[in-house]
Amino acid sequence: MNNYELMVIFTPVLSEEDFKSSQKKFQDIITELGGSTVHTNPWGLKSLAYPIQKKTTGIYWVLEFTLPAEGIEKLKIQLLRDEQVMRHMITRLDKYAVEYNYTKRNGGFPKTEKAEA
Amino acid sequence: MAKNEIKYLTAIKQEKPKKKFCRFKKYGIKYVDYKDVEFLKKFINEQGKLLPRRLSGNSLKYQRKVTDAVKKARQMSLLPYVTDLLK
Repeated sequence: MNNYELMVIFTPVLSEEDFKSSQKKFQDIITELGGSTVHTNPWGLKSLAYPIQKKTTGIYWVLEFTLPAEGIEKLKIQLLRDEQVMRHMITRLDKYAVEYNYTKRNGGFPKTEKAEA
Repeated sequence: MAKNEIKYLTAIKQEKPKKKFCRFKKYGIKYVDYKDVEFLKKFINEQGKLLPRRLSGNSLKYQRKVTDAVKKARQMSLLPYVTDLLK
């Protein structure tokens, strides 16, 4: 059971409930593959730094989840098959990353060390 | 040539470059988040290129974490690969 983080960019023409239904679809895939979702964080419509597939905006969605390692391959196939997904990235989280996400979610950092320097 | 401009034989040293420190060690940051664009922008110049260690002052271990975080951010188009305007 490893911790992963999935970031997905959907096509901007997606309506609100399509966006919700595709979020739900991927979360169901993860649970049926034997994993569990820790935290979902839809960013919504954002402008891209460079055009992807001739589009300059995209709907971002970040999902943190745990999954056994062999489930990742199947999840990737599902992501590649879905044509609403413009781009996706699955990153594995080490213990520092998990702790970072945890502190970021509930209560910011004690000292905003990022602001200095 | 302005009359009052004094010419020095040797150029005067403007100001001592401030001591560089690795902010990750100093502030105890262990993980560089590729989604945190504002923080990553401190490590790239106006063209969007990565700053070398001698300028960013990072230690080797954290400079590598910064590079692959920036590359992930570029992949997910949070950061441009190349840009000319001051971002």
